[in-house]
Amino acid sequence: MINLSDILETIRMIQDENLDIRTITMGISLLDCIDSDIDKACTKVYDKITRCAENLVKVGTEIEKEYGIPIINKRISVTPIAMVSTACHESPIPFAKAMDKAAAAVGVNLIGGYSALVQKGFAAGDRELIESISEALASTERVCSSVNIGSTKAGINLDACKLMGEIVRKTAELTVDNDCFGAAKLVVFCNSVDDNPFMAGAYHGVGEPDCIINVGVSGPGVVRSALAKNPDANINEVANIIKTTAYKITRVGQLVGVTASERLGVPFGIVDLSLAPTPVVGDSVAHILEEIGLEQCGAPGTTATLALLNDAVKKGGVMACSSVGGLSGAFIPVSEDAGMIDAARSGSLTIEKLEAMTAVCSVGLDMIAVPGDTTADAIAGIIADEAAIGMVNSKTTAVRIIPAIGKKEGEELDWGGLFGRAPIMPINKKSPSRFIGRGGQIPAPLHSLKN
Amino acid sequence: MKAVISVIGKDEVGILAKVSSMCAEYNANVTEVTQSVLQDVFAMVMLVDISKLSIPLSELSDKMKELGKSLGLSIYVMHEDIFNSMHHI
Repeated sequence: MINLSDILETIRMIQDENLDIRTITMGISLLDCIDSDIDKACTKVYDKITRCAENLVKVGTEIEKEYGIPIINKRISVTPIAMVSTACHESPIPFAKAMDKAAAAVGVNLIGGYSALVQKGFAAGDRELIESISEALASTERVCSSVNIGSTKAGINLDACKLMGEIVRKTAELTVDNDCFGAAKLVVFCNSVDDNPFMAGAYHGVGEPDCIINVGVSGPGVVRSALAKNPDANINEVANIIKTTAYKITRVGQLVGVTASERLGVPFGIVDLSLAPTPVVGDSVAHILEEIGLEQCGAPGTTATLALLNDAVKKGGVMACSSVGGLSGAFIPVSEDAGMIDAARSGSLTIEKLEAMTAVCSVGLDMIAVPGDTTADAIAGIIADEAAIGMVNSKTTAVRIIPAIGKKEGEELDWGGLFGRAPIMPINKKSPSRFIGRGGQIPAPLHSLKN
Repeated sequence: MKAVISVIGKDEVGILAKVSSMCAEYNANVTEVTQSVLQDVFAMVMLVDISKLSIPLSELSDKMKELGKSLGLSIYVMHEDIFNSMHHI
């Protein structure tokens, strides 16, 4: 018989320590929906999404009950819409509406892929899509958008940086009645990945198969409580405990992914080796860092502890599954992590420290509220800084920042649920406008002479 | 194919009987039982063969959950694969 203590450990992880599968995300290619007639194209998009994902939620719920493990989200990612809409030569907003309708029809809460990839310049359709993002996010409920503005091989598109600064601000302005929530569904990437299962930055890359299942796991609470049982462990032992725990967490992701792909008749893609927090107490990445020995997240030593955590999660997870991908690493979204929220409120955690943390973990400046008077150029400057970290370090970085229109430092935005609440953090008031306004392309970095 | 049924809660008369009679009702064959009572807390783990189960496993899970609620206990039905994959390389 299966060992009794193993059974009780698994049950404790799920019931008390918030172990869950964060998301099963179905990636769907829309390349075969391209049509110069926008109405026809949108009908094809709606039909394909609803056909492929018809049973996604049902199968997810079945697996949840059979294995007794909560699957928090069932979601969909699609081909970057700029590639699909380009043939229509008109505003791609109807595509956002079609995605929203299809997502509602199959019962998923978010659908990603209202996206454009412009790291080396704008192709036909890219600029139209980017300029429509604010309206698309304000007029739909479930659609998420992302734009890739840089990569290690191409450098950083500074024109796109400037444009995205304006779009982020405009999206917040259009959704001001809803605590600027639109901006929480918009991610600006450097080195974005094709198989990311996590929203809001998920899209289905062009090199991917027609339809695929990707899984993102979670479990910061499990890691924290494993560490809490060993308060005197040295740092090598800490790394080992995290590895062992990450292995167990990821095995569940692998099991759920394989089962879902079999039942849906869709190939299994990857497990994203992630530690994704939620605002629930006991499900926080910041609390893991504090368990390792920081008085509060943001203290000196934060970057080092996070680097160790991130690396150990990958080492443990890699052996646990057949194929690894996505963003893979610990997430540090401020509004979605109880420990980060407290640290931001108390002033222990600043944007500058978060920026340093993003150099050693997945993914970037995530779910951070900044004062309402932050200019579009300042946001563009933050995007450029973050993209530079990703470009130089050959990793994915992203910015999901929410200008809190009409509010100032010290106040909060509160969206509830998994998105949590964001204390508005102060930012440097000096202007980067002359730099951002120069436009053009920051050249790709040298790949030798690494120092 | 096997599933693990775990029952945790306050000890009272007839828990084992009620859980196992529900297993019998839906043709789940109980193959092993481990149980202990520690300071009034009842903990039982049952291994059941579900290859001839008369309803889908997800439904059995729902029914056991309801039974647990009516008895003031927590009852979890989980396919054995989750334990095997998590604890065995």
